[in-house]
Amino acid sequence: MAERVASLLVLLGAWEGAAWFAHSRLFPGPGTVLATLADETINGDLLYHLGATLARVAVAFALAMTIGSAIGIAMARSRTLDALLDSWVVLFLNLPALVLAVLLYVWLGLTEVAAIGAVTLSKLPTVVVTLREGARALDGDLAAMAKSFRLSAWRTLRHVTLPQLSPFFVIASRTGLALIWKIVLVVELLGRPDGIGYAIQVFFQLFDIKRLIAYSLAFVAVMLAIEWGILQPFERRLARWRQ
Amino acid sequence: MAPVTVGISIDVLEKRYAGSRPIIALRSLEAHIAPGEFCVVTGPSGCGKTTLLNIVAGLDKDFHGVLGFEPAGGRLPRIGYVFQNPRLLPWRTVRENVALVRQHNHDRFGLERLLGEVGLADAADLYPTRLSGGMARRVALARAFAITPDLLLLDEPFVSLDAPAADRLRGLLVRLVTSRPLTVLFVTHEVGEAVALADRVLVLSPAPGRIVAEMPIPLAREQRYDGGTLAALKAELARLAGFQPGRSSLRIPSS
Repeated sequence: MAERVASLLVLLGAWEGAAWFAHSRLFPGPGTVLATLADETINGDLLYHLGATLARVAVAFALAMTIGSAIGIAMARSRTLDALLDSWVVLFLNLPALVLAVLLYVWLGLTEVAAIGAVTLSKLPTVVVTLREGARALDGDLAAMAKSFRLSAWRTLRHVTLPQLSPFFVIASRTGLALIWKIVLVVELLGRPDGIGYAIQVFFQLFDIKRLIAYSLAFVAVMLAIEWGILQPFERRLARWRQ
Repeated sequence: MAPVTVGISIDVLEKRYAGSRPIIALRSLEAHIAPGEFCVVTGPSGCGKTTLLNIVAGLDKDFHGVLGFEPAGGRLPRIGYVFQNPRLLPWRTVRENVALVRQHNHDRFGLERLLGEVGLADAADLYPTRLSGGMARRVALARAFAITPDLLLLDEPFVSLDAPAADRLRGLLVRLVTSRPLTVLFVTHEVGEAVALADRVLVLSPAPGRIVAEMPIPLAREQRYDGGTLAALKAELARLAGFQPGRSSLRIPSS
């Protein structure tokens, strides 16, 4: 922990030093940026744009996880379905998110549906592949145990099947969130009238670098908070029995 | 629901595992297990002992033949199954593993009493990764008894344990079984274990398995610690099972 704090302080110091040398409106130091961040939070539109982006992240994440898990588990269970869908998965896995966003904006207009659809579709295939892997690794012996003791379908799912899949849900969530929050900015930059991505585009055109960095930092901080505050504790809870 | 002692009639015409090289695991296997009987099934490895248990457990319905329980027309017997590997859920504690299979868990006292009975009172809050092989076997036993079974199936449950631990667990099993009305079908390839536990031993042939010999053991279990009698019984069973070269009339016909 001490090392982390020290290294962060060194980074801030180097940044401040570099800004002092550059002495330019285009290279604000951490002090200026933090002041801007506070000011924008209280007086500016930061919270509004941040909220819009987080809402998109949440919806796209939820959609990609539920639809992707369902498809992945179904593909693991049915050889026919796997053969039918596998090449689609490979295609979407290799399709750049930017291409998806542009195409959906062209076909559906600059709408919320197109934006969230593009983000969801770019994340979907990795969820499918991860959960398919997990469902293929399900332990048949445990399933037979559940069946011989006549556990209900719900009890079997809840206590026997899902715990085996949970490490794969965690992997899919973490890589998913990391991927989604980057794509969301691109999609917003291209065709939304709000959100952090939109704000960054505006500040870019105005060469307003201190606001640009302030907005980006605010967003990164929120995503880190989700990672440390939700995903990592959840993962530790799941791994309790391994110690 | 009070437990009823169930009998089993097994009539497997053929059980075949499909594949590029189909394997016939069981053929013309007929057996009747009386209510309350402790029946041990033995035979060479790969003779279909586990397959037979899975058929009785209802896990394997893909066979030609008939499986019936007595009293006929009653409810399906509650079956406690102890697998060769304990098959515990590693993310649930000992207590949670045992509680999982019970229909309703309002009877906390019964659960704790059972855990105490199998010697797990102090280990109830441990996760299975922390358990020794013998302890994990105890959990598997407790789980099978937690549903107050009418019928208990055990598939070489004490294999790969050292001899003293296996002996202790056999003693525990006998205590659990004799204090409850239930029918037991126990699979093992160990002659000594068969003789120590069974009311009657059924001997299966090599695959495709069918019953080639049976041996009632009309001795109370307490009498089986007499070395001479036990050795004689073991020798007799080994001869029946064809584990020793012996009289050709009792050897297993190769088919």
